[in-house]
Amino acid sequence: MLQDCDRIFTNLYGQHDWRLAGARSRGDWDKTAEILLRGRDAIIDEMKASGLRGRGGAGFPTGMKWSFMPKVSDGRPAYLVVNADESEPGTCKDRDIMRHDPHKLIEGCLIASFAMGSHAAYIYIRGEYYNEHINLQAAIDEAYAAGLIGRNACGSGWDLDVYLHRGAGAYICGEETALLESLEGKKGMPRLKPPFPAAVGLYGCPTTVNNVETIAAAPEILRRGSAWFSALGRPKNAGTKIFCISGHVNKPCNVEEELGIPLRELIEQYAGGVRGGWNNLLAVIPGGSSVPLLPKSICDTVLMDFDSLRDVKSGLGTAGVIVMDKSTDVVRAIARLAQFYKHESCGQCTPCREGTGWMMRVMYRLVEGRAESAEIDMLEQVTRQVEGHTICALGDAAAWPIQGLIRHFRPVIEERIAAYRAGPRVATPVNLPLAAE
Amino acid sequence: MVKLRIDDTDVEVEAGSSVLQACEKAGREIPHFCYHERLSVAGNCRMCLVEIEKAPKPIASCAYPVAEGMVVRTDTQVVRQARRGVMEFLLINHPLDCPICDQGGQCDLQDQSYAYGMDHSRYAENKRAVKDKYLGPLVKTVMTRCIQCTRCIRFATEIAGVPELGATARGENMEVGTYVEHALTSELSGNMIDICPVGALTNKPGAFVARPWELKHTESVDALDAVGTPIRVDVRGLEVLQILPGVNDEINDEWLGDKSRFSVDGLKRRRLDRPWVRQDGKLRPASWQEAFNAIAARLGGVPAARIGAVAGDLCDGESMMALKDLMAAFGSSNLDCRQDGAKLDASRRDFYLFNSTIAGLDVADAILLVGTNPRREAPILNARIRKRWLATSGRLPIGIIGSATDLTYKAENLGANAGLLASLGERAPDFFSRMQDAERPMVVVGQSALARDDGNSVLADAWDLAKTIGALQDEWHGFNVLHTAASRVCALDLGFMPGPGAIDFDAMVDGGVDLLWLLGADEFDTRRIGPHTFVVYQGHHGDKGAARADVVLPGAAYTEKDGTYVNMEGRVQHGYRALFAPGEAREDWRIIRAFSSVAGRPLPYDDIDGVRARMAAVNPVLGRTGLQRFGCSDLSGPCPQLGREHATDSQIGELVADYYLTNPISRASPTMAECSRIAPAALAQPALPIAAE
Repeated sequence: MLQDCDRIFTNLYGQHDWRLAGARSRGDWDKTAEILLRGRDAIIDEMKASGLRGRGGAGFPTGMKWSFMPKVSDGRPAYLVVNADESEPGTCKDRDIMRHDPHKLIEGCLIASFAMGSHAAYIYIRGEYYNEHINLQAAIDEAYAAGLIGRNACGSGWDLDVYLHRGAGAYICGEETALLESLEGKKGMPRLKPPFPAAVGLYGCPTTVNNVETIAAAPEILRRGSAWFSALGRPKNAGTKIFCISGHVNKPCNVEEELGIPLRELIEQYAGGVRGGWNNLLAVIPGGSSVPLLPKSICDTVLMDFDSLRDVKSGLGTAGVIVMDKSTDVVRAIARLAQFYKHESCGQCTPCREGTGWMMRVMYRLVEGRAESAEIDMLEQVTRQVEGHTICALGDAAAWPIQGLIRHFRPVIEERIAAYRAGPRVATPVNLPLAAE
Repeated sequence: MVKLRIDDTDVEVEAGSSVLQACEKAGREIPHFCYHERLSVAGNCRMCLVEIEKAPKPIASCAYPVAEGMVVRTDTQVVRQARRGVMEFLLINHPLDCPICDQGGQCDLQDQSYAYGMDHSRYAENKRAVKDKYLGPLVKTVMTRCIQCTRCIRFATEIAGVPELGATARGENMEVGTYVEHALTSELSGNMIDICPVGALTNKPGAFVARPWELKHTESVDALDAVGTPIRVDVRGLEVLQILPGVNDEINDEWLGDKSRFSVDGLKRRRLDRPWVRQDGKLRPASWQEAFNAIAARLGGVPAARIGAVAGDLCDGESMMALKDLMAAFGSSNLDCRQDGAKLDASRRDFYLFNSTIAGLDVADAILLVGTNPRREAPILNARIRKRWLATSGRLPIGIIGSATDLTYKAENLGANAGLLASLGERAPDFFSRMQDAERPMVVVGQSALARDDGNSVLADAWDLAKTIGALQDEWHGFNVLHTAASRVCALDLGFMPGPGAIDFDAMVDGGVDLLWLLGADEFDTRRIGPHTFVVYQGHHGDKGAARADVVLPGAAYTEKDGTYVNMEGRVQHGYRALFAPGEAREDWRIIRAFSSVAGRPLPYDDIDGVRARMAAVNPVLGRTGLQRFGCSDLSGPCPQLGREHATDSQIGELVADYYLTNPISRASPTMAECSRIAPAALAQPALPIAAE
């Protein structure tokens, strides 16, 4: 269990002052200039040594990502873009950072921008985060007024402007290249890669896109040293992470914990346990809606980090832990997710555009059981036809939850089909309304 | 160059090529829908997936750059599965209406479904239906068939330069359209029909008329403007059903203007299919013999100096050759091909050609347009300028002297006065210095600038300007005349111009001759012809000229005869007969040859090879098809005999007021009439008066 002294986000719950004075009292903006004075390469090496992996879902090593930026400019400016378009269902970590600890993010922007030679940082915030954008903008204004950013930021000699941009509510704009398109004022559709943003990004210039949590963690890592950070967590899964626990738990919450904490401990320790006790658990989606769910048998033992979850054919994703107890109609829950992805597909690539609608329609028939047993296999195969064949990962994200359902809950679906075939349905399970319906 | 291995073949391609291009070079056909070699890469159809060694998942070959030592597999189980999957996705919401779809038989989706489609559908849900969009009188939409490849969007944005199409909504609700419904304002919109890989965009005037396999194809040359676009004329029975562009990278890439494509219905209407003779003030049907006799009778007693001939804008070289020889047989050299009154100097070929060539636009680094609106006069050439402008990221300096606006690229309007040419250095110093700094600058003079009383001065001033800025080099000829008439350059090559001491077009129509032979000449006010002039009209459409004629000789349209055309670059091309002319109408040079016998002065050739040999004798350039490139070796300018008066400071007008209605065929076409009715101001507006008139 994480010691309080090892927490990065010390105002996650908003008990303290989120403004500059409060942030300073918690150690933010402390000797930032000294960190910058270490130089670009030292900062990037330190980030590499810390083993920090991107907190937005894909888990790409952050230090390595920063090192992709050109060391010497070819005349084009470089940009840092912070992805604050937190739209993954079940995830609300960035929201708490931005409203309760905005200065961590801004300080991180300065350090990251310096490390990649950028004088402008754009924070693309989800349009629905109205109050968060008010707080964040206020914090940016404070930082400007205090000379922490802007010209000669923190007295380091480095100039940095931070711009806050509000999105218009599309999930796909959380995909880094779609985000860049949207930021440029175009329709949010992912770009083809290569070229990668580090070569051709925002306005055609070298750009790095990082998640809020990644950037906000950077100053603390550099202040305390990579050894401290990499000592937390498990090998290759270093450090702490904010978990967002929601669903059928007694006390849904956000909590910062070490990577590699057992799922059961996480839920019982912080979220007050599963509603009705651990044995009432049906399944958990461990990393936001895009990853396959895990049945209770796996949840009993699984550790919450990138590699452990990958080994059980799921993923850490954004660490949005969605807990479902035995009252859940799991087929309907996944059908609702399929509907979400169908609604949010940008429509660019054929497999995703056509596949998400197809999958959703079959899923809703499966909810009723109005299908042939063979259609389960067909649906599985359709998800395989979408997965890996699209420009961005939304196709994968739409396919995985359904694959997880079929992998672990096939008997439930078959039962549903059999019941429908048996004629007038006598014992209809009570359909509890799902959130967002 | 980059070496890579495709299946078992080693290929070498240029760095920066895509994997798809490399595969095609290796002889592997990669199925694709959204990729089009002349458009930007979208990479959205996902049909072109291939496997690359060490890549975790299949990649879209159209968008993936080649790398040294790359190993590509185009025919593995994974690749086939991926393509089958994509094909299935494309088909689940695509209507199964191939039997009633005009694209049937020429449809990419249909063709590729033979290779990658399944024999049954696994999709048990309802299919999507999309409301059709109105895109104007030329492009018919059946949006349910759309596979969202966005080729049309990219074409409109990139090639046509009218960013009017886009995708609204997202996911499976994504629809291609104009958002606020309106007709496309492009003169190139027909090309969207060609590039649409499915039947979503089809030929509206030609809907439900024919199947592609019923058509007989004839490769020919477009005669409705002076670009000389290669075309394919598709005929069934006695009807031309469609005209499609051919491909020539030096001329049109693969595009065709809407007028050239959609005037086909004009080929069936208002046709002259028998001779007519005026009797008691009214035209009556006549036989060929009667018509010839009437002309021969009138010719008797008319002195040679009182006979004249005018060649129209659509004429082939053979008919003009025959007419010139006929006039010579009667001792007359009252000839002219310039109904617009353009002052052209035919003494040297580079005085009237588009010397830089159309492909030369791809390397030009500064362009000055004088008295021309290329968008209306030569849309294909205009698209080429836009292509160059895009290739330079909009930095290509383009100046306009004249009134052209909205050319689909950014151009600086320097003023509309012809006098600017002689004083550009003082009056537009910025642009002048950019022209001077350019390595391959172009001065393009249009007919509007030459069709003035001081047109000769304009021509000479333009030449001098080209010389001053260094556009006339050994390897680069930057002096260009932009023509609007397909016949014009060939006529000038043949010397279809007033001979020594002879009178020109204006003098002829204003009463200078007693017998006027109009060879398809309709582009002037026939009321100018005096009541006592006997008019022979030889042509294919009952337009202005035929209405005034005393004898009408029915000729053949450009689709109905073998003919020689020389485009504005000086490129000699042959058009071919796709079908026979209607009724008693005949090929034009044969009519003149036949008349020469009736008149007792037979011309010395009996077949088309004979005419062509005669043409080659008159001007050796016409003896070979193709284009001879040349730089400028002689700097002395045109019209030296006129002294050196500079062009006066008066406004240059615009000759082509309406892109859609410039010739008798288009004027007979209901489709063109509808286009003209709704045309945007950039393509058709009331003509500005020509100042010199």
